[in-house]
Amino acid sequence: MEVVYGHPKSLKPIQTKYCPGCGHGAIHRLIAEAVDELGVQDRAIIMNPVGCSIWADLYFDFDSVQVPHGRTPAGATGVKRMRPDHLVICYQGDGDLAAIGTAEIVHAANRGEKFTTIFVNNAIYGMTGGQMAPTTLVGQKATTAPHGRDPDGAGMGYPIRVSEMLATLGGTKYIARGSVDSAINVRKTKHYIKRAFEAQLRGIGFTMVEILSPCPTNWQMSPPQAADWVASDMIPFYRLGEIKNELVEGGGA
Amino acid sequence: MAEEKRLMKGNEAIGEAAIRAGCDAYFGYPITPQNELTAYMARYMLDSGRVFIQAESEIAAMSMVYGAAAAGGRAMTSSSSPGVSLKQEGISYACGADIPCVVVNVARAGPGLGGISPAQGDYFQSTRGGGHGDYYHIVLAPKSVQEAADLTYEAFGLAEKWRMPVMILADGLIGQMMEGVVLPAAVDPGARPDRPWCAGGRAGLAREANHVSSCILDPAGLEASVRARFERYERIAAERTRFEAVNVEKADLILVAYGTAARVCLGAIQAAAKEGLELGLFRPISLWPFPKDELARLAKAGKRFLTVEMSMGQMVEDVRLAVNGTVGGAVAAVDFFGRCGGVIPSEEEVLAEAKRIVDAMNASTAEPRSGSARR
Amino acid sequence: MANKGKPVIDRERCKGCLLCVRSCPTKVLGADLSPNSWGYYPSKAVNEEKCIACGNCYQVCPDAAITVYRQ
Repeated sequence: MEVVYGHPKSLKPIQTKYCPGCGHGAIHRLIAEAVDELGVQDRAIIMNPVGCSIWADLYFDFDSVQVPHGRTPAGATGVKRMRPDHLVICYQGDGDLAAIGTAEIVHAANRGEKFTTIFVNNAIYGMTGGQMAPTTLVGQKATTAPHGRDPDGAGMGYPIRVSEMLATLGGTKYIARGSVDSAINVRKTKHYIKRAFEAQLRGIGFTMVEILSPCPTNWQMSPPQAADWVASDMIPFYRLGEIKNELVEGGGA
Repeated sequence: MAEEKRLMKGNEAIGEAAIRAGCDAYFGYPITPQNELTAYMARYMLDSGRVFIQAESEIAAMSMVYGAAAAGGRAMTSSSSPGVSLKQEGISYACGADIPCVVVNVARAGPGLGGISPAQGDYFQSTRGGGHGDYYHIVLAPKSVQEAADLTYEAFGLAEKWRMPVMILADGLIGQMMEGVVLPAAVDPGARPDRPWCAGGRAGLAREANHVSSCILDPAGLEASVRARFERYERIAAERTRFEAVNVEKADLILVAYGTAARVCLGAIQAAAKEGLELGLFRPISLWPFPKDELARLAKAGKRFLTVEMSMGQMVEDVRLAVNGTVGGAVAAVDFFGRCGGVIPSEEEVLAEAKRIVDAMNASTAEPRSGSARR
Repeated sequence: MANKGKPVIDRERCKGCLLCVRSCPTKVLGADLSPNSWGYYPSKAVNEEKCIACGNCYQVCPDAAITVYRQ
């Protein structure tokens, strides 16, 4: 018997603090797999944002830098500009990226910064207990949208399609949206992450992979129900696939 | 060949000094009255192949500084009062993660939009920790273009030695005026202490992953980290509280002022001397740590003080704390005179206030009076 | 003849989210009846002989708690 699927080297073999069925865990594993396959564990740096994934620095066995809420792309800019030969991963949730940090992500993308953003979209604020996020769907309930997100009646605005928004900026070269709700989507997401990392290592920026991710606890669903909900409700609104791909296919995966 | 004296604008002298100190990365944002500094860095940082970004906000600029320094770079940002307010959360994070960096505040009048004229209303924000939590950082206050250059140049080494942000607290006048300056020699880029704690450069080193973060959720762990930092603050205070004293031993009344206000006081002292009035100046250069011991010594020697600021009185509190309990417990020994809103106190006003106090002292029924000049 | 495989679940690290059970195409996995030390009921190979080493369980596992072997 040979191992076909084993634990990635650059992911520490410990239990995470994330809730059962939380998408962060699978996303962390995909990142670690890509780092292992590209052989860059000793020159990878991850930015852990404010949010549930602030814990990321406990789980990745490579360097990390933690900056104020929403400023992750600015921190990543500073890191990458000083360490251009490193793989810099700007890991963010939807509150960090699309609410308080909107200016930072827009301008980092527009400057074509050469780090890769991994944007975990779980349509809710996780760490703080289930508030409405910029990506919360219309009608989706949250502690701050108790009767469901009401864009017009209560002026709660509409869910933001970040990938499409950033794709309009000249500085963005590769933007894909994946999901970790099912094995097939996890595999596709791994492909997008690896392609983005490879582009970064070829000196190309700005690259991003948005990943739809279940949050059972704050959606008040069981993990399988949450995974189903991603497929039934999120994927129709947040189209999966490569939103923008201007990579010259010289070295593409 | 010794560096020749050049006529330079304060803002540009700060920029040149930073470049000569080995600044690897500068992140700025437009705000009067420090725009020449950002423009200077744009030209000369890019020309020398270093990192320059005009950020989307002062908030972002501060986190770019944090990231660049966390990755091993000598990083700096500059702004003016409102912009520095925006940076305070980032500065608190940098203090909480022991990030060495340089933050320049070319202060202007507040609060709010306020004005663009020089002022000293940011003293509290700078010296008390303008962000959240228990922390301080070194604050150096130049009174001339020469000092602005020297202190900026020195700030990078201080930041690295003590692993903290170092703030240069100038003001619009110092930033905007031109004076002669002899610039320090450029450092050898290689000659800098390495940062075993930083992110990146792990290849070939047998070290664990480095996690640069201010996040410590365990209360006892966070307290221990804060206490350790406060022990370091004690060592800084013991080693680095710089000030300038002019004619303080003979003075009947000592003016206490920093930066531009100190320049005004020097004029008042000269005018007073012509009238046979002995005034002195005590000028803190490091505002944090504050030179309290020297003030206490002067107070023990029976000196009286008139603090002069371009604000409604902020440093005066530190002066009172310093002399408190040394003159028979009375805090009466410290008067205050200030203008704000961008109005700079005139020599005549300072002299008139000094005379009022000295006359009252001589009449030995001195009733100290504080508050602004406007009755 | 399809691959023959075997999933090994670290039952202490598993949080019993059962996403692997949901993703297994040949219904190899199910919920263990006895809890681990955390009080979670981890997933378990109940029909191990049906495993085709496709790795779906590994892919969806949020805790990287599954290793998949193949003959």
